Amino acid sequence: MVEKRPLLDFVSHAVLVVGAVLVAFPIYVCFVASTHSLEAIMQVPMPLLPGSHFLENYKQVLLAGSTKGSQAAVLDMLLNSTIMALVVPLGKITISILSAFAIVYFRFPMRNVFFWMIFVTLMLPVEVRIIPTFKVMADLGLLNTYAGLTLPLIASATATFLFRQFFMTIPDELAEAARMDGAGPMRFFVDVVWPLSKTTMAALFVIQFIYGWNQYLWPLLITSDESMYTVVIGIKRMIVGGDAANEWQLVMATAMLAMLPPAMVVLLMQKWFVKGLVETEK
Amino acid sequence: MADVSLRDVRKSYGAVQVIQGIGMDIADGEFVVMVGPSGCGKSTLLRMVAGLETITSGTISIGGRVVNDLEPKDRNIAMVFQNYALYPHMSVFDNMAYGLKIQGLAKAEIEARVQRAAGILELSKLLARRPRELSGGQRQRVAMGRAIVREPSVFLFDEPLSNLDAKLRVQMRSELQALHRRLGTTTLYVTHDQVEAMTLANRMMVMNGGHAEQIGAPLEVYSRPATAFVAAFIGSPPMNLVAGRMTADGGAIEGEGGVAIRLPVARPALAGREVLLGVRPEHLEGCAESEAMLQPDVDFMELLGSDSLVYGHLGTNKQGARVAARLHTSVVAKAGHLPLRFADEHLHLFDPASGKRIEP
Repeated sequence: MVEKRPLLDFVSHAVLVVGAVLVAFPIYVCFVASTHSLEAIMQVPMPLLPGSHFLENYKQVLLAGSTKGSQAAVLDMLLNSTIMALVVPLGKITISILSAFAIVYFRFPMRNVFFWMIFVTLMLPVEVRIIPTFKVMADLGLLNTYAGLTLPLIASATATFLFRQFFMTIPDELAEAARMDGAGPMRFFVDVVWPLSKTTMAALFVIQFIYGWNQYLWPLLITSDESMYTVVIGIKRMIVGGDAANEWQLVMATAMLAMLPPAMVVLLMQKWFVKGLVETEK
Repeated sequence: MADVSLRDVRKSYGAVQVIQGIGMDIADGEFVVMVGPSGCGKSTLLRMVAGLETITSGTISIGGRVVNDLEPKDRNIAMVFQNYALYPHMSVFDNMAYGLKIQGLAKAEIEARVQRAAGILELSKLLARRPRELSGGQRQRVAMGRAIVREPSVFLFDEPLSNLDAKLRVQMRSELQALHRRLGTTTLYVTHDQVEAMTLANRMMVMNGGHAEQIGAPLEVYSRPATAFVAAFIGSPPMNLVAGRMTADGGAIEGEGGVAIRLPVARPALAGREVLLGVRPEHLEGCAESEAMLQPDVDFMELLGSDSLVYGHLGTNKQGARVAARLHTSVVAKAGHLPLRFADEHLHLFDPASGKRIEP
């Protein structure tokens, strides 16, 4: 649309600016709080300009952690979170793409039954099956391990469904042409399906990275050892009691650090992400 | 190079038989077109030859070898699909080379074959491009190139030109002809376009409802259609078919509502018999009223330039015996009766029950 309506421009920009400020302000406060000493934050009103303790606070949380509540270093937590946020999406993509490939391209008995069984699990989020899952993990001796942290989150109906829908848009003739060319099923998968799925995989990776990174309830249950904490529950573990009992500047610094990686992933993969959601290159 | 033979080939999906026993011998190097309306089973038959559909009964052999249970790749064939089915993420070169790579040919050999095919199809400058950067005609050529590089003994084409615009279709048609002349490879070609069938085929198979109505050279099919279906399907505009009963002297037919057509030469042997009389629009010509064999009332006309198509009806029922005639524009009369005649060699008679041709 080519239109020149200054008032409309002004109003729409005003709405956008107000919206952006509303979203950004808490993050800004969080950042400001992470750069002051505890005493400074405890003043009323709290300062709204960055203070001088930036390096000190971040150095302390990264290397030593809080002195109250959980005392694990945030660097270790970040590492745990990273491992979890990488293993979950990669595992999901690997398993989902293969199961979707089987469901779409192979005729085997009860094919639809299997598809619906996978589909039905969509109705059972982690929270609903968390107690039995915990029991299973505990019996397998996987408490406080990376396997225990990631394994239950890897099975994914959503991703399988997404890949299935994508595969169904690939023309049958492509599979037939590959057959004429002499490609077996796995060759077809590797040479044709896999490259065509790249953007879908990228989109899924972004979504699932954030999903894995932001997991709260499951890591809270499965980890009791501080060295296995992810950063999201690390924040919670730093908060122990009343208002004054916590080192808020360190909690805020940890929160800032926890926000960064997902933001980075979204920023870096934005192009691929959008492509994966809208592109239909066939 | 190979001949192809179909022996009583049948295909059923459950109780529904979609291919009802087709037999044909295709000689080495022959260009055979299978033509018919949508749903007549022509694509299914081609896919059975390709090995993409199983054969319920009967045998298909290529080069004397029964291929019923062979995988497509082992049949030494290549197929061109209607929507091209190019691998979208591969360059033109890789698209053409993919099958050869799987066969495990040496790099130099692949390169040579692809370059040769690209040369034939004038694709040499496009080898690095992706399919989406090509026009429809170019994509079609890549699809053909992918078939050529395999140096198969049989080419299979499944409506390859139907996604192209009219002008490009004519151009690709002549390119296909040139290609066949050059390579001399046995070719099976499926289309619903009877013009494509007429122009490309050495022999054509007109299909309807899962069986072959007629197999023959295009001109033979045109001039001596074996059934009323073939008569109506081949030719544009389609042949006029008028139902009626032969008069007692066999000199004319009379239908309901005053429909009447006089025959150029009387057929006393057929006197009293119900027939379908067929005559092509292009074989009708204007004449004096005294010589007229039929006198349709003109409903409307289409002026095509040198020719005009005149549409009319016989008798009192406007929707009954409709007749079309392709006449020289100078002859075209205004509305009203239009006296027309035709030569005896252009008369076709069919049995209305079986649709089979009656030799006049």
